[in-house]
Amino acid sequence: MVRNTRAVKTFRTVWMALLMLFLYAPILIMIALSFNASVSRSQWTGFTLDWYVKLFHDPAILGALKTTLEVAVVATAISTAIGTLGAIGMHAMNTGMANVLVNVSYLPMTTPDIVTGVSLMLMYLFCHVPLGKWTMIFAHIAFDIPYVLFSVMPKLRQMNPNLYEAALDLGCTPIKALWKVIIPEITPGIFTGSLLAFTMSLDDFVISYFTSSDMYPNLSRIVYSSTKLGVKPTMYALSTLMFATILILLVLINRRTKLENM
Amino acid sequence: MKRSWYASPYALWMLLFAVVPLLFVCWYAFTTPDGTFTLSNFQEFVKPRYMGVILRSLKLALYCTVLCLVIGYPTAYFLAGRGFNHAQSLVVLILLPMWMNLLLRTYAMMTLLDDNGVLNAALEALGLGKIHVIGTEGAVLMGLVYNYLPFMVLPIYTVLKKMDYSVIEAAEDLGCNPLRVITRVVIPMSVPGIVSGITMVFMPAVTSFAISTLLSNGKIRLAGDLIDYIFNQSSNPTRWNIGSSFSLIMLVLILISIGFLRKVDPDNEGGGMW
Repeated sequence: MVRNTRAVKTFRTVWMALLMLFLYAPILIMIALSFNASVSRSQWTGFTLDWYVKLFHDPAILGALKTTLEVAVVATAISTAIGTLGAIGMHAMNTGMANVLVNVSYLPMTTPDIVTGVSLMLMYLFCHVPLGKWTMIFAHIAFDIPYVLFSVMPKLRQMNPNLYEAALDLGCTPIKALWKVIIPEITPGIFTGSLLAFTMSLDDFVISYFTSSDMYPNLSRIVYSSTKLGVKPTMYALSTLMFATILILLVLINRRTKLENM
Repeated sequence: MKRSWYASPYALWMLLFAVVPLLFVCWYAFTTPDGTFTLSNFQEFVKPRYMGVILRSLKLALYCTVLCLVIGYPTAYFLAGRGFNHAQSLVVLILLPMWMNLLLRTYAMMTLLDDNGVLNAALEALGLGKIHVIGTEGAVLMGLVYNYLPFMVLPIYTVLKKMDYSVIEAAEDLGCNPLRVITRVVIPMSVPGIVSGITMVFMPAVTSFAISTLLSNGKIRLAGDLIDYIFNQSSNPTRWNIGSSFSLIMLVLILISIGFLRKVDPDNEGGGMW
């Protein structure tokens, strides 16, 4: 870029500081308020963990936590299996067919969340499937699969294609060759993909909102409905924990992708 | 069994849970509740009670895009620039919120802007008096910018980072002053990133859901909230059909803008997600 004068450098520092303030002040304030003894949103009256204790004694929140984790775990497991097999299958196909199938994965990634949510809801209601945990899980699997697919496919391309053939020549059955040769080679990609899928699943609000019901709320749904009833500090505690979880997962994913690219 | 068959669960699942649901949207959008073909669902679009919401969505999304560009371009420029020690960690910090739950971020914003919140407490402490933000279009706009700013920074940053420095040096050697280098060289070369950023901010901003409800106490609805309202709260017997026609219009708009993006930036230099 253009060489910077001292004035430009000062401006740059101030600009970045203000931007960081804008991006992080709301989150940091919310985290601070989750430890605030009073319900007030503007006065600090002392440090407390009460809201966190309350959080873990609230049956509604514990139920939602269980739902969220169940949905994320099941959706991650199934989408990892389907996505990995899908990548292996497409890798063995001719390019034309594989391109068509890969492009299908761009569909959930480009469709606005609200349209995805509404379209699934319409299908479920049309088929008289009551909205609940499983309708949400199926929806999550659909938007998780592309993340697994796009994490595994580059690993397959990097693999030596002769390895699989060699295993077959040496007497492996195709299933055994898959299990003993291909899967170990692409394990890092599978793991990154499943971490991404898990994160996306935990993080989702809009699609879950349309494909589940108030009977089986997940955590985001609880936060969303609580906003209509005024602010509760327990919600700050819950949000803080959710932010922290996602942050840890992102750091893990980031580390993995960095290691893999080394 | 041939290896390509391993892709069949994938093909089946994506067909059932990504393609077929969209066909349902198309079906409902073009039919009446008893299943006959009609275009009347789309006419609802122009009725004043819906048109107001749509125009407001377009207006706020446009303001949001302009603000994101004005804030995002210099940010991306500084981050990609020479001799900036902390650039790498700042990039991570700016892009990190992209991955964080939109609802939680908006909730945090709501806490900050609340009439009895930290912002007003700080203003009062400074003797400036309280301001009423929550419930205004300003609050909604702020929430939109807060949520979508990283989507503007990322593609512009990617383009600027890949730019060939020798071109800039050539311009400098040939006597361009810094301002002219920026306006004549840097900005024109970053057009793919700008277009990518504009699409990645404008489209989700138009279809945004929940941001405006939260920041306006439910007073201001945008297109996304309208779709939710039509499907889940209205008692209109044709609500699925009308809701579908709105969703379809959104989808077509997105596809058009992706097509436009591919045309302006065929090699995806802008690093957009699409």
